[in-house]
Amino acid sequence: MKLEELLAQKKSPILERWFQLLLETYPAETARFLKREENRFANPVGHTLYQGMQGIYEELLNGMASDKINVFLDPIVRVRAVQDFSPARAVAFIFFLKRAIREELAGEMREGQTALGDFLDLESRIDDLALYSFDLYMECRRKIYEIRVNEIKRRTSRLLQRTNLLAESPEPGPEQDGLRT
Amino acid sequence: MAFVPKPDELARIGHKPPRTGWMDTPVDFRRGTWCYAAKPKNLQALELPNPREWSPERADWKLPANWQEIILEGLRERLQRFRSLQIFMDICVRCGACADKCHYFIGSGDPKNMPVLRAELLRSVYRKNFTTAGKILGKMVGARDLSEDVLKEWFYYFFQCSECRRCSVFCPYGIDTAEITMIARELLNLVGCNIDWVAAPVANCFRTGNHLGLQPHAIKDMIEFAVEDIEKITGVKVEPTFNRKGAEILFVTPSGDLFADPGTYTLMGYLMLFHELGLDYTWSTYASDGGNFGLFTSHEMMKRLNAKIYAEARRLGVKWILGGECGHMWRVINQYMDTLNGPADFLEEPVSPITGTRFEHARTTKMVHITEFTADLIEQNKLNLAPERNEHCRVTFHDSCNPSRSMGLLEEPRYILKKVCRHFYEMPENTIREQTFCCGSGGGLNADENMEMRLRGGLPRANAVRYVHEKHGVNTLACICAIDRAALPPLMDYWVPGVEVSGVHELVGNALVMKGEKKRTSDLRGRPLPDPHTAFGGAIEE
Ligand code: SF4
Ligand code: SF4
Repeated sequence: MKLEELLAQKKSPILERWFQLLLETYPAETARFLKREENRFANPVGHTLYQGMQGIYEELLNGMASDKINVFLDPIVRVRAVQDFSPARAVAFIFFLKRAIREELAGEMREGQTALGDFLDLESRIDDLALYSFDLYMECRRKIYEIRVNEIKRRTSRLLQRTNLLAESPEPGPEQDGLRT
Repeated sequence: MAFVPKPDELARIGHKPPRTGWMDTPVDFRRGTWCYAAKPKNLQALELPNPREWSPERADWKLPANWQEIILEGLRERLQRFRSLQIFMDICVRCGACADKCHYFIGSGDPKNMPVLRAELLRSVYRKNFTTAGKILGKMVGARDLSEDVLKEWFYYFFQCSECRRCSVFCPYGIDTAEITMIARELLNLVGCNIDWVAAPVANCFRTGNHLGLQPHAIKDMIEFAVEDIEKITGVKVEPTFNRKGAEILFVTPSGDLFADPGTYTLMGYLMLFHELGLDYTWSTYASDGGNFGLFTSHEMMKRLNAKIYAEARRLGVKWILGGECGHMWRVINQYMDTLNGPADFLEEPVSPITGTRFEHARTTKMVHITEFTADLIEQNKLNLAPERNEHCRVTFHDSCNPSRSMGLLEEPRYILKKVCRHFYEMPENTIREQTFCCGSGGGLNADENMEMRLRGGLPRANAVRYVHEKHGVNTLACICAIDRAALPPLMDYWVPGVEVSGVHELVGNALVMKGEKKRTSDLRGRPLPDPHTAFGGAIEE
């Protein structure tokens, strides 16, 4: 059987295993909640992770157009970029997919049902996904800093237009641009 | 040479979190998830204990030598003073109904953000020191000593609760974790462990009446700035008055509306509405902030700051008070004002001078929410509205925690929005009204250094916004809280780009047809109106 067919056939156990491995990056109580709660508004993280993984898996089988991959990869990375993970741990979930596939297809691989070449090719595609994830992760982190700066500006936007009005400033002076010092 | 991790370091990337029990896992103060410590000058200004330079991420917090004694004595006092606290400490059956209801838990995945566990941080110390079982059996019954690690954990997690009260909606016993947080913060204050994002506004408010420390001429100047903008857009010159004795109504709003976008557009909406009605009202440059971060500090501080509004009302001789779009101001007024500084017998029961409607529910506080006031005007057909001028806005409404859960103000803002906008869409029901999700930045936590935590906490709210954004093309998130107006834009920016945040009265201002106005070509933000609507002049038919 071709690897693609095998992956399609084993989709649900592989996805389950992959999701499980991802959940293990959270404390046990949290993992239980992320898995159990089905309402997508009560459990946005669990929902986002699972939906994203499903989409990524589909794309992996169907050629991986980068815009489509982003639709599924971005939400997952966006969540993990603000959670309590180091950069490596935040994006490591991509590599769990390799592990899930290897585990679930171990029998077939031993029996030589799939060509090694196909398999290596698949692993390279997953490596590409990991690289995408790093880009997305960095973009999310950059965004956080940008948001902080914008917020500081917005917070006193009118005052910035008419500076020197704060009580701690000395005499009101002429209008000027820029932050008060 | 580039950094190359050693093999054992690589192994540590491994993927699982530590498996120690919650009591034995100390806090890691990772930047982005906590707020800076209160500066000594702000604690001094408020005569709060232990003013000093310190930082949560350093090992030495420079606590007083007898800090444990101070805290335990403080806890003992409060158990006697607040019967609710004693009950909350004793009756939790750990049923877990609240556990997954906190936005910080949902967004962060950190179990200590489960309300039940958050409360347990304090409860464990209570058990150890105030219950017989805890004294004898210790850890077996969930009791533990008050160590420095425990104190640090309190600081981390009680300044990671926005006091939003969502969890209390789900607790079969009505345990209000927000109240537990309030007490824990009071205790932390006793040894000088506050955050500057709370202490600075409180100190400024105490001195000048508003969070930023603006002096009277600056308040006046900011409002006049809005007056100029209104004239540019509408051709109408509105004429607010300041500190005017004998006015019928005192208007109080969060100071953020005066100088922070997008609150400034909401300010324009208020000014236009009052002008159009010919309302006999005045601004105060002393009661210049509805916000009261005293609520996030201690009961005493909340009382101190709340008092200025009523002192001004008395000084100016007004009949009653109208309050702007603020969140926590309304919690203070509704839940605490009467016992803090009230009842305000020297004022009159509020009556709308335009419609004659008597606001009976405000009989003791004498303070009416502006959406109650405006909804009544619309209902009685007193406003000439052109909702086409909000044609470009596809709107949803974020219930701010305090007006919804602490005041039950659910219908009025919706009623107004549906009258001033043509496209209104609700978010899913388990994310609105009493079950609304916090913006993630309430409770005095909207410091920019706390951005990661805020983005985690705001995730459930943003997720629901994204749903209506994708489904209905919603591009405007309306709210009635100044903290929301400050906190939701960054949240949208990160999670749902393409959604703007707007006060309800900004949208009222857009739609309000004023006597003598010129043809409007832009909305209050200066964005051009879609073409067919610029020609519009009269009221619409429903
Ligand atoms: S009050 Fe709000 S922030 Fe605090 S624990 Fe409850 S749900 Fe969480
Ligand atoms: S819902 Fe109430 S009783 Fe149940 S665990 Fe939470 S606080 Fe305790």
